[in-house]
Amino acid sequence: MTQALDEVKIGGLGASRKRVEDNRFIRGKGTYIDDIVLPGMLHMEILRSPVAHARIRSIDTSKAWEIPGVRLVLTGEMLASRNLAWMPTLSYDTQAVLATDKVRFQGQEVAAVIADDPYIAKDACEAIVVDYEPLPVIVNPTQALAEGAPIIRDDKENQHDNVVFEWQVGDKEATDRAFEQADVVSKLDLHYPRSHPSPIECCGSIADFNRATQKLTVYMTTQAPHIIRAAVALVAELPEHMIRIIAPDIGGGFGNKVPVYPGYVVSILASILLERPVKWIEDKTGNLISTGFGRDIYLHGEMALRKDGKILAVRMHTTSDHGAFYSDAQPSKFRIGLLHSAFSCYDIPAAYLHNTGVYTNKAPGGVAYRCSFRVTEAMFFQERMMQAAADDLGMDQAEFRRINLVRDDDFPHRTPFGFLTDSGQYVKCLDKALEAIGYQDFLKEKEEAKKQGRLLGIGISTMTEPLGAGNSREFDILGIKMFDSAELRVHITGRALLRTGAKTQGQGHETTWAQIVAHELGIPAEDVVVEEGDTDTAPFGMGTYASRSTPVAGAAVAMAARKVRAKARKLAAHLLEVSEEDLEWELGRFYVRSAPERGVSIQEAAAAAYSNMPDGMEPGLEAVAYYDPPNMTWPFAAYVVTVEVDPKTGVWDVLRVVAVDDCGVRINPMIVEGQIMGGLTEAFAKASMQYITFDAEGNCIGSNYMDYLLPTAWETPGFELHEVVTPSPHHPFGAKGVGECATVGGPAAFVNAVLDAIKDTGVRNIDMPLLPSRVYEALTERHDVSGAPPVRMD
Amino acid sequence: MTSLFEEINEAPPADVPTRRVTITVNGQRRTVEVEPRLLLAHLLRHGLRLTGTHTGCDTSNCGACTVLFDGAPVKSCTMLAVQADGHEVTTVEGLAGPSELHPIQEGFRDEHGLQCGFCTPGMMMAAKALLDRNPNPTEEDVRWALSGNLCRCTGYQNIVKAVLAAAQKMRGETA
Amino acid sequence: MYPPRFRYEAPRSIDEAIALLQSGGGEAKVLAGGQSLVPLLKLRFASPELLVDINGLPGLDYHRVDADGTLRIGALCRHVDLERSTILPTRSPTMAAAAPLVADPIVRTRGTLVGSLCHADPQGDWAAVVTALGGSIVAQGPNGRRTIPVAEFVTGPFQNALAYDEIAVEAVIPPAKGTVAGGYLKLERRVGDFATAGVAVALELNGATVTRAGIGLTGVGSSTINATEAAQVLVGKPLSAETIGGAAELAAAAAQPKTDHRGTAAYKRHIVATFVERILTRVNGSVQKAA
Repeated sequence: MTQALDEVKIGGLGASRKRVEDNRFIRGKGTYIDDIVLPGMLHMEILRSPVAHARIRSIDTSKAWEIPGVRLVLTGEMLASRNLAWMPTLSYDTQAVLATDKVRFQGQEVAAVIADDPYIAKDACEAIVVDYEPLPVIVNPTQALAEGAPIIRDDKENQHDNVVFEWQVGDKEATDRAFEQADVVSKLDLHYPRSHPSPIECCGSIADFNRATQKLTVYMTTQAPHIIRAAVALVAELPEHMIRIIAPDIGGGFGNKVPVYPGYVVSILASILLERPVKWIEDKTGNLISTGFGRDIYLHGEMALRKDGKILAVRMHTTSDHGAFYSDAQPSKFRIGLLHSAFSCYDIPAAYLHNTGVYTNKAPGGVAYRCSFRVTEAMFFQERMMQAAADDLGMDQAEFRRINLVRDDDFPHRTPFGFLTDSGQYVKCLDKALEAIGYQDFLKEKEEAKKQGRLLGIGISTMTEPLGAGNSREFDILGIKMFDSAELRVHITGRALLRTGAKTQGQGHETTWAQIVAHELGIPAEDVVVEEGDTDTAPFGMGTYASRSTPVAGAAVAMAARKVRAKARKLAAHLLEVSEEDLEWELGRFYVRSAPERGVSIQEAAAAAYSNMPDGMEPGLEAVAYYDPPNMTWPFAAYVVTVEVDPKTGVWDVLRVVAVDDCGVRINPMIVEGQIMGGLTEAFAKASMQYITFDAEGNCIGSNYMDYLLPTAWETPGFELHEVVTPSPHHPFGAKGVGECATVGGPAAFVNAVLDAIKDTGVRNIDMPLLPSRVYEALTERHDVSGAPPVRMD
Repeated sequence: MTSLFEEINEAPPADVPTRRVTITVNGQRRTVEVEPRLLLAHLLRHGLRLTGTHTGCDTSNCGACTVLFDGAPVKSCTMLAVQADGHEVTTVEGLAGPSELHPIQEGFRDEHGLQCGFCTPGMMMAAKALLDRNPNPTEEDVRWALSGNLCRCTGYQNIVKAVLAAAQKMRGETA
Repeated sequence: MYPPRFRYEAPRSIDEAIALLQSGGGEAKVLAGGQSLVPLLKLRFASPELLVDINGLPGLDYHRVDADGTLRIGALCRHVDLERSTILPTRSPTMAAAAPLVADPIVRTRGTLVGSLCHADPQGDWAAVVTALGGSIVAQGPNGRRTIPVAEFVTGPFQNALAYDEIAVEAVIPPAKGTVAGGYLKLERRVGDFATAGVAVALELNGATVTRAGIGLTGVGSSTINATEAAQVLVGKPLSAETIGGAAELAAAAAQPKTDHRGTAAYKRHIVATFVERILTRVNGSVQKAA
């Protein structure tokens, strides 16, 4: 007679448990970086370069020093005297902390003022006079690679051009052979524009160096506090055990809060010099113009096709624009991230990818924005190429995908780029999406509408992506392997404290990690408190980004809980006076197999760990687990979007958005759906209005919310969500990542829909965002529309 | 005491103009001495330590700073503290009673209308202004009323559900 | 994010306000809604020495129609008052169409129509509307009041005709001599966006005959454009596909848009023509239905 607890009732896996975090957020009692006040705290503002490329002739800070309330004015020259004007990046390049010789992008940090309040600090910044000698500006790779182009990184000893790296993967020979066999070769060129994660909260830090204890504490908006601690130890040459990084509540990350920014470094130096806490909170302009953006990559792709629709091979030549410094946070072996995960959901025998990375006079970055390490670019290009190829073959979009999707019984599946996808029911997801949207009916509706001069379109995007970086054989950042961790301590009364190496920024870890413990141990989720973000207490982890936390940290939580359960079994056996082999486990309870009414709850076992241990057993009930994932997890998604395009203005409206997501076992369905809807909104944003571009002078267009457009509740469509569940065979409880899926797979569905609506024009591509003006140009001039910089500004 | 921050005990230079203003904040009369250039959002956050109201942009677009000014929603970053002299300001801290949550707060929690929580106070104050005026809004009404508040996490769908759920509760209807 | 220093006064009467402006010697600015001025201060695009806050001046928050049909909007009438107005939809469909499209709902709580006209943003909505309606601004200074037609009031991008010691106290829309009709269309990619192009059309009709027409354009020039030639094409006859097409074409020709990240100049001209056509076609449909 089972006494197993009801898993959903105790908040285990599958429970749409209300969020623990909400208690403080809905009361306005969150603790975000700018809410923190330390005694004696000073405020820092950064002076940024108004020009994109210039030599610095002189910097005069004398007037700034004269303003009452100003405590310190820092320039690159002052930092250089302490060897701090340049710092290493997470991609083994160097980045200027404060400019010394040149400024290399508009918005680059030139000086910093620390004052009694931020108003005074801003006054003082305005009083600094910088004499710039303008240099020619480079805003795209063509300019960067042109004969005679100015060398942007003339600070680097062996840099003779603007190339950062060349990288390739795949089998070039096999791919070329496959192309020779092709009946049809389909080609596509496009630019995935620079886009910024732009969480509503900007970046910031409060550095507090205590001279008495010699300890440096830094509160910081960081998704990866342990990486920061390692980086600060490197840069500031302080011993690692005397550095404490605390990530408080974070108002959105999306990858923007992973890199090490000059502002953080300067605030730390200022605190050390002034022996007072120094707070730096950037403004939105600083955030948009200088911090980690995503994308800005030029993609050229070719697909070798058999006339029955089978894809024989894919090859891609891509050029990535990294801005002035190569500062991406990505696994070190993969210089263009996981771009080569493209086409993983299709059964393709051969593929080849070559990427050239270039420097330009723009902010540094490229890997950020819910991108899973450039998987956004990969899957967008994949589905755009699929659309073009189906059109080239004269084939139905859904049918073309169905023919090529990996079959259910073909897992684990080795992709032509060497990835091993774990599990999936791809065709089922696609069919479910098509049924939900009413595919055949819509195609009929589309034809009818055309007769009345109305343009309807439908777009499909299907993809699987690698989430959960990553196994130690292949993944590291700065040499540190990408495992993650969990530490679980069960108290006397069976309540527990859980700490992990992840760092939530809205994903709800305080709620979901407790659900894993409930699942493994039968301790009600509400009896487990979750802490993250303090490097003094949290076990070492590589942070939360690239949708890695459920796959890696979540797995670590399960493993730690299982270690606890293993010890609890021993305690239970002791209490019941049987041997461990005589015991069975059901949720929350060990019982004697031959006498099931005799049992011990997990709480009773916990109490015994402190009060009634068997001889020789160490007291206490806790465990630490470090999890090195054997593989990535591979969720699958099928997104279908329908639109109507106004032929007279190019304005398009979304009719419906259908999403079918298979992310394996869902810890908290409510939270998973929230992540998908957020991602679909970002997909819609990128497809319709959101981008950063540059004019010919290198002026950043999109450095404030008047030009960088995020959709509001009014424009954002509603979403119809469906699920399929195919557990990951290698994850402890079968879960896969999901947080970034919709941002990765979504944009192509919107773009494909609009292009489908104007298919009769023969236009193959309009670069995102599909502004009304671009759609109108495609409609009337019947040619592809590029959005690559420079943008013409008359 | 300076015009901005209590913890730095230095008087501003003599030629810095300051002004004494009295603002009723969440039902409490507060008298402060401020520089005219101090934004209302900064007075609330740093002067009065009501950090629930957030600032998220510098062009008055995001709405994270939304508070009620004599009952009407305003962006507190686009108002000077001195302009609030003699007026009533309600922030997110003034939403809940001493022992219970406002139905709007419950709605956001129950419908998963927040993720990182940063836009949430402003979003809830804008929602309150809507429901005070229109106790029975349609989905369209809600989306329109919240179109001055940006959210990056939720995709708005659950926020709309949260506000409609709150409206239903406030009308005394059971689900 | 942090304004520079300035002095601040909150007068209790118009005369006190004017005296303060005089004392400012040209270095003072009037603060009404603040939804344009405060952002400018925060980005440090403006550094006045003195801010004169007129929000405490009594009796300026009205909008009303006088007995003779004149529509008057006081300096402290907020955008939201116009959005919710019960008299505007019948008195001026053009204004009623524009009010909900100004900025976003929160900004509309504080921003004022008169303030918006004074700010003279080339992408501002109200200037195009008041231009189409042939309206004026009433300015009050030390020497009394004067009425300035809006075409003369806006003198350039962010420049108006007020003397440094004058306050704009009212916007005036002259009485309509016939049935009023019209609309406002704005191409924005999302709520609160700058207009890629905005078109205001205001008509007066006697039966089916158009007796007066005005077309104002925003976002397609260094300041608001009064498309007088386009409007003239409509007057003295009923609306027809021919006159509508003619007005649309001339309005597009009157626009002086620049190519930028929102679109090419050609596209913006096209939008002007399309919007003129759409508004007039809809009005024509209603006129014919009423007939």
